[in-house]
Amino acid sequence: MTDTPMRTKPADWATDQEVRWCPGCGDYSILTAMRMLMPELEVDRENTVFISGIGCAARFPYYMNTYGMHGIHGRAPAIATGLAMARPDLDIWVVGGDGDMMSIGGNHLIHALRRNVNINILLFNNMIYGLTKGQFSPTSEVGKVTKSSPMGSLDAPFNPVSVALGAEASFVARTHDMDREHMMEMFRRAHAHKGTSIVEVFQNCNVFNDGAWEGLTKKQNRNANLISLEHGKPIRFGADDELGVIIDNGVAKVVPIADVGEAAVLVHDEGKTDPSTAFMLSRLASGPFEPTPVGVFRAVDRIEYATSSTSQLAMAHNEKGSGDLQSLLRSRGTWQV
Amino acid sequence: MTDTAPRELPLQELAEVIIRFAGDSGDGMQLTGDQFTSISAALGNDLATLPEFPAEIRAPQGTLAGVSAFQVRISDFAITTPGDAPTVLVAMNPAALKAQLHNVVQGGAIILNSDAFTERNLEKAGYESNPLEDGSLDGYRSYPVAMSQITRDAVAVHGVKPRDAERSKNFFALGLISWMYTRPVEPTIEFISTKFSGRDQVIKANEAAFQAGYNFGETAELFESHYEIKPAPLPSGEYTNVTGNTALAWGCVAAGQLARLPIFLGSYPITPASDILHDLSALKHFGVRTFQAEDEIAAAASAVGAAFGGALAFTTTSGPGVALKGETLGLAVSLELPMVVIDIQRGGPSTGLPTKPEQADLMMAMYGRHSESPMPIVAPRSPADCFDAAIEACRIALRYRTPVMLLSDGYLATSSEPWLLPDIDSLPDIGVDFQRGFNGTNEDGEGIFLPYLRDPETLARPWAIPGTPDLMHRVGGIEKEDETGNISYDPENHQKMVGLRAAKIDAIEVPDTEVAGDTDASFCILGWGSTWGAIDATVARLQEAGHKVAHVHLRNLNPMPKDVGEVLAGFEKIICPEMNDGQLVNLIRAKFLLDVKAVNKMNGVPFTTGEIEAAALAAIEAP
Repeated sequence: MTDTPMRTKPADWATDQEVRWCPGCGDYSILTAMRMLMPELEVDRENTVFISGIGCAARFPYYMNTYGMHGIHGRAPAIATGLAMARPDLDIWVVGGDGDMMSIGGNHLIHALRRNVNINILLFNNMIYGLTKGQFSPTSEVGKVTKSSPMGSLDAPFNPVSVALGAEASFVARTHDMDREHMMEMFRRAHAHKGTSIVEVFQNCNVFNDGAWEGLTKKQNRNANLISLEHGKPIRFGADDELGVIIDNGVAKVVPIADVGEAAVLVHDEGKTDPSTAFMLSRLASGPFEPTPVGVFRAVDRIEYATSSTSQLAMAHNEKGSGDLQSLLRSRGTWQV
Repeated sequence: MTDTAPRELPLQELAEVIIRFAGDSGDGMQLTGDQFTSISAALGNDLATLPEFPAEIRAPQGTLAGVSAFQVRISDFAITTPGDAPTVLVAMNPAALKAQLHNVVQGGAIILNSDAFTERNLEKAGYESNPLEDGSLDGYRSYPVAMSQITRDAVAVHGVKPRDAERSKNFFALGLISWMYTRPVEPTIEFISTKFSGRDQVIKANEAAFQAGYNFGETAELFESHYEIKPAPLPSGEYTNVTGNTALAWGCVAAGQLARLPIFLGSYPITPASDILHDLSALKHFGVRTFQAEDEIAAAASAVGAAFGGALAFTTTSGPGVALKGETLGLAVSLELPMVVIDIQRGGPSTGLPTKPEQADLMMAMYGRHSESPMPIVAPRSPADCFDAAIEACRIALRYRTPVMLLSDGYLATSSEPWLLPDIDSLPDIGVDFQRGFNGTNEDGEGIFLPYLRDPETLARPWAIPGTPDLMHRVGGIEKEDETGNISYDPENHQKMVGLRAAKIDAIEVPDTEVAGDTDASFCILGWGSTWGAIDATVARLQEAGHKVAHVHLRNLNPMPKDVGEVLAGFEKIICPEMNDGQLVNLIRAKFLLDVKAVNKMNGVPFTTGEIEAAALAAIEAP
């Protein structure tokens, strides 16, 4: 940061629209984090676009004073891909919930990730369908009792970070709605990354799934259950940093450091080309009641999609010159009558 | 080469010939037909083609399912159809003969590869006895030629293995037909060396086979004469031969230049639309960005995103893809952003007949989205017309900020015709301006941007693209307030917005109805899309027979020309041939209460002139 005053203030990024999430919704703190971050990024509102699908989270664009599109359910990554290809100059954010991104839009999400198009995807995961009033979602735990699963849901949940890593994502991070500083840091990192970045945000739906993440995010639980990943540092946590993560036979495990010795603790390397270790870390917890990593799981350089597309255009231009319509119409041979 | 002196055969002049090349799908019949078409085009004949191929890439060899055919009609007069029935059939095997013989006119010529009429092949084609011997070909002039053997002999000197040699037999057939219709040899020799460049042995083999076919015609005492078809009196100028899909791709590129906008195509491969994706993917030097999406929905959604960013956006597909895109097109209607959806219609429902044409997506184009979601529809009438139709669709999309449906079909997509190249400078300017500044003021008198404040003339909303200072705004699928574009669930606002979206589309300016044929006739044939050629030829035939007939062909199907109801009401009888179960008929009846008679055909094969003529005569004679 320099001493020069910032070009914008957080308030400049707010629209005049009344925010209509339920009082107490975790989305408010995410919105605040985003509005506070924006001036720091030194970007212009007119060059920033928020695109969303459908769901509570998807109202986000209406509350950001940028260009924005509230699209259709699940399709935001596809809409954003078209925009990013047509306009590689823009800063594009995609916002959606777990239903939007992991269920109806799962296909678009994984394909955006493998292509590595330059968009920042924020996945607000509250493990429930909010806007349709409380059905189980693709991240809900097995046995979840909801209106559409009165005897408990049968579906095994997705782990969004595991899915993203499996889909070749070049930037994968996780944060939660109770820690604004951490959210801002993850969004800042996502923005700086060239290519598709995805940030899973543990978000509380206080109406249909209240407290779902409490085991991890409540202040008194954080020491025991939130593992903060920091690049180049041993992965350790606990009230006295007494616990550490090791890789044992291809599986990440939590152990008392006293039992294994400092040297055995895994040193986090987010830049590792091979995603296996990041994937192991994503499998550490089987639910929001066990030690769970947050932070950047993976950040690797990979060629960005629209950049490649633009260089193909430039190559074609170099080889063939700029397209001439008259000669195109003659390209299959002509004759005179 | 043979040292026998060429025989002096009589050269007979013909007005036209309709040749159908038929063989296994791996026999190269499309290539053969295409090349014969190109040579004939260069000679100045008018022509029309009708390729017909199975959906399978390589169906089981020798079976009826695997027959691939290419019909070409060449003439010394102007034509609009590939002809009802071939006068010459080139059949490379028994299956091709069996599948195609019923199409051939009585007395027509059948040129056969007699080597392929083995017991095993006859069995595969379902023949119980050999049609070459059992009298099946009585009533035709049949010419059995040992194409496989002569080809093998001809290419042997180039060291080609007998198995590979067989692959050149389509060039033998092409050589023979080239001799028969006095086509020059050089263009095909040139074509072979370009097409197979880098594969010297293949070039030598194909050349040898082609020459052998040509020489066979000249020396074998099999044919009574050969034929000449003089150039057709077409308007003078420079011509090229285009298929509908290529003309569409070029039309998209032209539209981008005429609008001074970069082109974006989001597409998912689907028969018979993929060629547009292929063609545009090869035109990156025109600034064309193509995106092969993960599915049909993403293809349409990416186009919406690109349109929001200021590109001239397209998505290309066929019926099943349009069904998948439906929700996204609803979004585009609601966002009021310009984009063009190209639907190359094929037989359905579901996978249906992927390689066969149909015109049965009209109702889907019109009404196939949830709620009230009007979209303009443009339908080209011939392969070359696809170029202009693409520009027209873009004009409407850009001027009125709306998604537009362009309805072509599998027939237009793959068939071709000579196209008098347009004067580029005469093409319309379809450019529009992006919004650059405020268009309203708030209570304090400060400038504001109202994304849904409409142009009073076109009812189009401003197109303000990201990157434009001060005009930051949000659009979305939720109902929005008139002018401000803010979310609004207000009942009266919704009523108003539904009305505005409909009024905008209804008021699109389109050219008035054109009446072809006899404008003072009491009988009219109404059509749209690819039936144009067959209807046009029918009208000519009926006129020759002394009937008065008018022809109205709708290119703008939504909105229709403002005067179309009035024009149609002026006829006593109207028939409407469509490759569907009466979709335009239903629209016309519903809109104008006119009793249009449906003439329907849904067998995957375009209407013949004879079929429409029969329907027309029945209607004319009916009390």
